Amino acid sequence: MSLEMTYREALAKSIEEEMQKNPEVFIMGEDIGRYQGTFKVTRGFVEKFGSRSANYNYRILDTPITECGFTGIGIGAAMAGLRPIVEFMTMSFSILALDQIINHAAKVHYMTNGEVKCPIVFRGPGGAAKQLSAQHSHSMDGWYAHVPGLKVLCPATVADAYGMMKSAIADDNPVIFYENPGLYTVKGEIPDDINYTVPIGKAQILREGKDISLVGYSRMTQVHLAAAELLAKDGIDCEVVDVRSLLPLDTETIYNSVRKTHRAVVTYEDWRSGGFGAEIVSRIQEDCFDDLDAPVVRVGGLNVPMPYARNLELLCIPSEEDVVAAVHKIR
Amino acid sequence: MGHVRPTDEQFFRTMIRLRHVEKALSDLSASGQLRGSLHLCEGQEACPAGACAALEKEDYLTATYRGHGYVLAKGTSLDKLIAEVLGRSTGLCKGKGGKMHLFDQEFGVLGTNGIVGAGVGTACGAALASKLDGTNRVAMTVFGDGANNQGHLMECWNMAVLYKLPVIFFCENNLYSEMTPLSRSHGNINLSERARGFGLHTESVNGNDPHAVFEVVSKTADRARQGQGPTFIEAMTYRTTGHYQADSGTAYRTKEEVEDWRSRSPILLLKQRIGAIAEEIEAEELAIVQASVTKALSEPTPNPNQAMTEVFA
Ligand SMILES: Cc1ncc(C[n+]2csc(CCOP(=O)(O)OP(=O)(O)O)c2C)c(N)n1
Ligand SMILES: [Mg+2]
Repeated sequence: MSLEMTYREALAKSIEEEMQKNPEVFIMGEDIGRYQGTFKVTRGFVEKFGSRSANYNYRILDTPITECGFTGIGIGAAMAGLRPIVEFMTMSFSILALDQIINHAAKVHYMTNGEVKCPIVFRGPGGAAKQLSAQHSHSMDGWYAHVPGLKVLCPATVADAYGMMKSAIADDNPVIFYENPGLYTVKGEIPDDINYTVPIGKAQILREGKDISLVGYSRMTQVHLAAAELLAKDGIDCEVVDVRSLLPLDTETIYNSVRKTHRAVVTYEDWRSGGFGAEIVSRIQEDCFDDLDAPVVRVGGLNVPMPYARNLELLCIPSEEDVVAAVHKIR
Repeated sequence: MGHVRPTDEQFFRTMIRLRHVEKALSDLSASGQLRGSLHLCEGQEACPAGACAALEKEDYLTATYRGHGYVLAKGTSLDKLIAEVLGRSTGLCKGKGGKMHLFDQEFGVLGTNGIVGAGVGTACGAALASKLDGTNRVAMTVFGDGANNQGHLMECWNMAVLYKLPVIFFCENNLYSEMTPLSRSHGNINLSERARGFGLHTESVNGNDPHAVFEVVSKTADRARQGQGPTFIEAMTYRTTGHYQADSGTAYRTKEEVEDWRSRSPILLLKQRIGAIAEEIEAEELAIVQASVTKALSEPTPNPNQAMTEVFA
């Protein structure tokens, strides 16, 4: 049995079920309670886990606009044994909380030699939306995937949004859960099983092919699926590798695909220079050099602050056409 | 020192222009010609009109995503502002900054801002520069009630008091941050009292009265210029529209509350006071705004190669 729903609904269902199962799980963030969140992931939560009339509800906790402060509080609650989920209205605003995430959440387990755990999920929309311009369009996935001690998840499908959120909440480490705003309305199916999980650190093949591997994550996996359709018409058989988890990274699945197709394009929405796709490419070159018939190509966001004008914004975000062009370059 | 206080008619003109700008932009947003967040300041027009009239052209200004009214009242070209909001190459920032990022060096505008509270440091820095270079320019930074909770503000307040910076912290207390009322986001809702805790001189003002706003900003700007340091101004006001285009503004406020504030709209009050001339001014300003929008719509979007330019100085 499976259920059809949107990516947004799958996230909501996953979080709600985990909150129902485990009293240690709670969620906090700006305007998530009565207002149900800017992107409406917490729709209906306040009635289920608190009351509309209360000034605040501890399990669906509306916070002031104090990213650094509430992130610190979430981390403290995690260190004290709870399992907080911290929503950032957008991942761009998590920049205000970087010290707390990087210097504290990510390091405490290591610094205490495993004595103190920090089981917390930081989630929210990351990447460009509709002309939100330079300060609101950050991807942040690559920034976080640079930090030892964090896990970084970037699900592309509805089932993964559902199953990986459950795994993120159950994990004993700080997890960055990255939701591209362009994915919220994507439809798909999830298994009708409240215990369904998707393991962290496992990539997947979403389309098998023999000519070239398209390696990506989050919304770029959807872009790859569309590009693969276009390329099929040109007689090019693409394999779509959905990385899903940046940290830890499942290189084995990526390598196996590349060893089969001998070619790869890696796509990511983040800035091309130094973005996480660059890390994937360098691993492939280092470990699969003899299997490659062509250089691995990166398709990434333009290395500029996101411009406002729509025509410029579109130039900055990798598209199906960009992927097709990159494939033609090496095939 | 300071300016002559504008007349009712002059204030009305500034405010009605702003209202027409917002109406035009809302229409474009509703018809899908304008994408992304559009934060309107309907009901709050007396704050920009009063405050900016009390500042010199050279004085510095930073404001929020809701700050286009301040930029206009500071003197910036309407055409350039509209063009920027519509993403045209003729805009203030050539279409690269956008609605939330309006800059105009000529009028001391060091940016409206997409990050809640973030313009406060910029203004304090400009105030420090003014102290160092002896220009005696004052810096005014505008932010909302919600922004008062950001650590960055409190850090800046402390330094502004410590260094006696010529800066005006202009807080538009419109009772809500997005959909959250003060009582659900502030442990102590007395914002002036909180500011006084940092040693700031404070003033409270009816933010729906442009004359009162003018007077208080004039006074505090003089104070700042005379080396007496920063002031925190709490202007009580209300946005009679939603937080942004995607918010009806009614889910978290009662209809009565909104209607009550609507009846105290500064535009309405001045309109009643100045009588028949109001309609004349209104029509004139409407024509100016419409011409500006039509002009901007006919102007080119940025050349694609502009995407890669100006990353570095
Ligand atoms: C750091 C940061 N967090 C969250 C947001 C989203 N946001 C935009 S406006 C706003 C409310 C701000 O309220 P207030 O300071 O009272 O100003 P107002 O909008 O009422 O003018 C929020 C939360 C943001 N832009 N920046
Ligand atoms: Mg406010």
